[in-house]
Amino acid sequence: MKTNSKIEKIWDSGGFIVTSECGPPRGADAEIVRKKGEYLRGVVDGVNVTDNQTSVVRMSSLSACAILKGMGLEPILQMVCRDRNRIALQSDILGAAALGINNMLCLSGDHQKFGDHPQGKNVYDIDSMQLIQTVRQMRDEGKFLGGDEIKGKPVIFIGAAENPFADPFEIRAARLGKKVKSGCQFIQTQCIYNLEKFSRWMQMVCDRGLHEKCAILAGVTPMKSAGMANYMKKNVPGMDVPDALIERMKGTPKEKQAEEGINICVESIQQLREMPGVRGIHIMAIEWEEKVAEIVKAAGLFPRPEV
Amino acid sequence: MIVGNRKEFQEIVGMLGSNRRVLLLGCNECVTVCGVGGEKEVGVLASELRIHWKTAGETFEVKEHTLERQCDYEYIDQVRGFVGDYDVILSMACGAGVQYVAEAYKTKLVMPAVNTTFLGVTLEQGVWSERCQGCGACILDMTGGVCPIARCAKSLMNGPCGGSSGGKCEVDKEVDCGWQLIIDRLTELGQLDRYEDIIPVKDWRSSREAGPRKRIREDLRL
Repeated sequence: MKTNSKIEKIWDSGGFIVTSECGPPRGADAEIVRKKGEYLRGVVDGVNVTDNQTSVVRMSSLSACAILKGMGLEPILQMVCRDRNRIALQSDILGAAALGINNMLCLSGDHQKFGDHPQGKNVYDIDSMQLIQTVRQMRDEGKFLGGDEIKGKPVIFIGAAENPFADPFEIRAARLGKKVKSGCQFIQTQCIYNLEKFSRWMQMVCDRGLHEKCAILAGVTPMKSAGMANYMKKNVPGMDVPDALIERMKGTPKEKQAEEGINICVESIQQLREMPGVRGIHIMAIEWEEKVAEIVKAAGLFPRPEV
Repeated sequence: MIVGNRKEFQEIVGMLGSNRRVLLLGCNECVTVCGVGGEKEVGVLASELRIHWKTAGETFEVKEHTLERQCDYEYIDQVRGFVGDYDVILSMACGAGVQYVAEAYKTKLVMPAVNTTFLGVTLEQGVWSERCQGCGACILDMTGGVCPIARCAKSLMNGPCGGSSGGKCEVDKEVDCGWQLIIDRLTELGQLDRYEDIIPVKDWRSSREAGPRKRIREDLRL
């Protein structure tokens, strides 16, 4: 079933997709969401709104999506399985569709241990694979997981995430295959710093023909400092930051490091664009949304297509 | 077996409050094997309590008694003759045992000396590890004999999350990634293609989600 998703339209027309991210605030101030949204207006084709990322309580993804939608942007609702059971998940899927949200990203979610409420109980009634299946069933068959008929199907373009750098590496493409089989139509990857390893993963993905069934958007995150590069390497699970990159950041004077981080990001995008099977870029500028326009322009991805 | 940890001594003392006559009840089953609530541990805790109250200059009486099991009525009934001599029963069994003792002696205070933790195995002397969450619908045939519900921190049913690194779980570098274990085992069995099968949404009604569970075997009833 075709949706009104801008991402799906660009995918169908053979274009190159650019998405970015907007992390909701740790409070009820809608202005913060609007301000971040303004930075991204016209610069990207879709904006992910994170769902309590790193298990830290924030404004709900659905609410922030509605605010962005009201501004005329194309939000991508992130939804994690950590905090909601199948009743709440399906309810929010209907709510999102009713608000005109055309895209969803189905995730398992960071473990609560990393957040501000490690004392909490997680849910994991279903996993991200099963969430993908759930959205597809609701949309294409018009049925809830329980089997009852839905009056007013949620017409949503379905996405998920994949980390090419996590272990066991040999099943990472097979895992994506399961997501595609479940109904996943676009993938945003974990931040890519190790391009060589990413290209090996991409090769496995192409060998399975998955790049033809699902838009692969390569994830990038500009680094603000050598400290951030070091932190990501050491403390962020599943992150692969090559030493050469850390050395390059360290070798740059402190006041120039942010600029160098942007340069590295733009260079990566240029290499990723050339990689067979890559159909787009997902820019995760963490609390640095104001830099996305600069990155998109420097990478030669501006203007964005009208669809 | 059921594995537990003994509560901290100060917590036990606080829980006992002003009750000075204590029937300390051990259990000869799981908690004996994992070294938290058998005859030996009953002796240790009783001594700690006696020393504590003696040092404080207060009278205190504790009777040590270890039952064959605290999850069967006929054993629990064995203390009926003298349970009335004590203010409180301090049970060193798992949570099931503590509750069953409380059910048997309705007017008696019953308190737990042990935190019941998991269903697991003995890895080596003094080391136990969780293996099962008692979900009531076993899928070990599909996952190479390694349970994703008990052994993945997120109970993911279709593969490792993005935080699996070097065979370890993102939650704790000391914990094996359950999905790495599944993949390794499927590989050894020549069954890695089974990973491609999507495990469907689980029916948690067989688990605790449908409320406390009860099992009846008509063929065994008297």
